[in-house]
Amino acid sequence: MTGAVDPFVMNLTVFVLAIFIGYHVVWNVTPALHTPLMAVTNAVSGIIIVGAMLAAKPQEMDVGTILGLIAVTLAAINVFGGFLVTQRMLAMFKKKGK
Amino acid sequence: MSANSVYLAYLVAAVLFILTLKGLSSPVSSRRGNMFGMIGMAIAVLTTLSLTHNVGLILLAIAVGGAIGAIVARRIEMTAMPELVAAMHSLVGLAAVLVAMAAFNNPVAYGIALAGESLHSSNRIELFIGTFVGAITFTGSIIAFGKLSGKLSGKPLRFAGQHWLNLLLGIAMLGFGIAFFLSPSWTPFLIMTAIALALGVLLIMPIGGADMPVVVSMLNSYSGWAAAGIGFTLNNNMLIIAGSLVGSSGAILSYIMCKAMNRAFFNVILGGFGGEASAEAAGDGVQKTFRSGSADDAAFLMGNADSVIIVPGYGLAVARAQHAINEMSKVLTEKGVKVRYAIHPVAGRMPGHMNVLLAEAEVPYEQVVEMDEINNEFADTDVVLVIGANDVVNPAAKNDKSSPIYGMPILDVYKARTVLVVKRSMATGYAGLDNDLFYMDKTMMVFGDAKKVVEDIIKAIA
Repeated sequence: MTGAVDPFVMNLTVFVLAIFIGYHVVWNVTPALHTPLMAVTNAVSGIIIVGAMLAAKPQEMDVGTILGLIAVTLAAINVFGGFLVTQRMLAMFKKKGK
Repeated sequence: MSANSVYLAYLVAAVLFILTLKGLSSPVSSRRGNMFGMIGMAIAVLTTLSLTHNVGLILLAIAVGGAIGAIVARRIEMTAMPELVAAMHSLVGLAAVLVAMAAFNNPVAYGIALAGESLHSSNRIELFIGTFVGAITFTGSIIAFGKLSGKLSGKPLRFAGQHWLNLLLGIAMLGFGIAFFLSPSWTPFLIMTAIALALGVLLIMPIGGADMPVVVSMLNSYSGWAAAGIGFTLNNNMLIIAGSLVGSSGAILSYIMCKAMNRAFFNVILGGFGGEASAEAAGDGVQKTFRSGSADDAAFLMGNADSVIIVPGYGLAVARAQHAINEMSKVLTEKGVKVRYAIHPVAGRMPGHMNVLLAEAEVPYEQVVEMDEINNEFADTDVVLVIGANDVVNPAAKNDKSSPIYGMPILDVYKARTVLVVKRSMATGYAGLDNDLFYMDKTMMVFGDAKKVVEDIIKAIA
């Protein structure tokens, strides 16, 4: 074996392993919490905010940075909205669970 | 920060996201899980912030988006959760498309091309995939949002040659994707994005209201894959991990929902129940008789029962009757009646919809039971109150091999001693099927708005 590993192969490795983890973790989620699961995954997919921040990174403003800033705003709605609404829902489950 | 420490911080965030989902295995650990998620996201954002030059503008964008998100999260009614979730999927989809465009605009800034050169060829494929998944998620979720919030008709919209048109568009999109791969320029990129946007609309339009649990789960999954696709483009492991977690979560939920309806995923995606179902129901011909009673009659029956099981459905959410129903069960419990709730996995418009509504009304957790656990107990139950549910209690799914819903797991309500059905009229449910449960000798129909009926029952019992 010679030469460096292509980043694509490294990405693919991480991707496949992450799917396995997701598969096993999500099957353990209790059905009663499926709606909070969707809300919190909404917040987690707001991780696209990292990509958006990198797009808005360059100092000189151009189309790309503006698109990036718009994407940051959209993703921030998801991150904040998702986590907070999940918290609100889970608090409701707390009341009855004691 | 060095590249190594950035990636180590991303690793910590990724592990925290895994713990977030793991926490949801029980209501107690779930709140800690959600906290882990917030910390993970904060680590990811702060780490990335240290890499950028436009800190001020980015913080402003986060503040604006965050404020909108926080206000919506605080104000949203629990009955409107399906719409909110759909709307948020569309935002992820759009953000993915915008990031892909920005990456294509300036690949050097992302380190995915050398100065003066165009995008690496493997990055072109990843960019293409991230963009079209994001675009389909964006418009598809907008349509799902419209249907769920009642701004668009919940009825499936179908026309001749629909599948062929979709196939054609899919092939065209792929064609422009190949053109983009061969010579990366804006023209094929924008055309393929436009086609993907149109596909998102066309794919979701033909799917009807009660199939929404599958659609919402599927779009949830897509929003994750879109984020993962962008992660591939940017060679960012954390995006890949978080995206894959969300993607597999949505895929599993879609599978669970399909199984609870005994339908193949592609059958749902290719557009709902066909005309054959309604034709069959109409061809029945025989005038069947049913018994109807008042809220007072219902109150009398439940007040004198030892055990009552309540079966909530989408109608409960529409009538916002969750608080009233909890009041009713409190009154019944005080009279010594054992009250429980039976939840079908596809009751409502999204996975777990009923559980959240009942939680909001502070129904005690232990009274809410999933289908598999409670199905054996209907035979020993005095009174079942079906409120706003129809197809999920239709015995045809068990007895009638010719029924389109034959084989779908149902709540065995028909086994109970007495069945009360609160409904607005004798109209058929989503599947367009008549429900034999309504014509059984032991069944009494109570017509009216769910909330009003329940309030009248409370008055009559007390």
